[in-house]
Amino acid sequence: MFYYLGLAAVLFSIGLFGVITRRNVIGILMSLELMFNAANINFVTFNKFILNDGLTGQLFAIFIVVVAAAEATVGLAIVLLLYRNWRGINTDNVSIMKW
Amino acid sequence: MIEAGVSVIFWILAFIIIVSALAVVTLKNIFHSALFLILCLFSVAGIYIMLHAEFLAAAQVLIYVGAVSILIIFAIMLTSNLASERIVQSNKNALVAFFVCLMFLVTTIVLINKTGVWNYTSGVLPAENIITIGKLLMTQFMLPFEVVSVLMLAAMIGAIVLAREDKA
Repeated sequence: MFYYLGLAAVLFSIGLFGVITRRNVIGILMSLELMFNAANINFVTFNKFILNDGLTGQLFAIFIVVVAAAEATVGLAIVLLLYRNWRGINTDNVSIMKW
Repeated sequence: MIEAGVSVIFWILAFIIIVSALAVVTLKNIFHSALFLILCLFSVAGIYIMLHAEFLAAAQVLIYVGAVSILIIFAIMLTSNLASERIVQSNKNALVAFFVCLMFLVTTIVLINKTGVWNYTSGVLPAENIITIGKLLMTQFMLPFEVVSVLMLAAMIGAIVLAREDKA
């Protein structure tokens, strides 16, 4: 079980690194997907090894997959909107929300 | 500590996952990153199968490998003049980010290692994976299920409204 949790931790750290370092919005979204998957691995691992009186962990992992799909949809729509308005999707160009 | 199910297949899958995840966050070409993301998600589906989550593995392949990856590649192609090799895809705080993530990783692994109070069980999961999940969805988790469907509807409408051409 420790190895599964360790794999999830490594995957989450890689995703965090990607979110911090990418300049491209699509790159940030891809790193976010990595982090969602790390969380899902944790859910399924705990469901398998800890107090399994059902499949609650897997069920919540399915909910996470659905929410991630919705997030990717809206995020990529925002990406297309940014591209149309600013001719570029790097995060340092888009600063009108910055105070 | 129970170390059930850790085998050669797990190490192969873990190696593929970590290498392809590193490729996702470090490659210059964003299109190659998307392809490695597909490989990574597919291997995570393999991990789910090893953990007896067959329905989740199938859903992962259908939703992530099928839908989300196609969506990402579609967006990359629509913004194609930004994906060339000569544009720097990472910003200046890579070194700081590396140390932050390394510290996070070390802290997490030490915490996992030190926690000794897991209530391990040697029981087996219900054999009928899909039947159990369906029953849970329709009885105990009825409300989250409906909320998630409303969320999907909202996301769909939001995406359409955002990406629409403004006629006015």
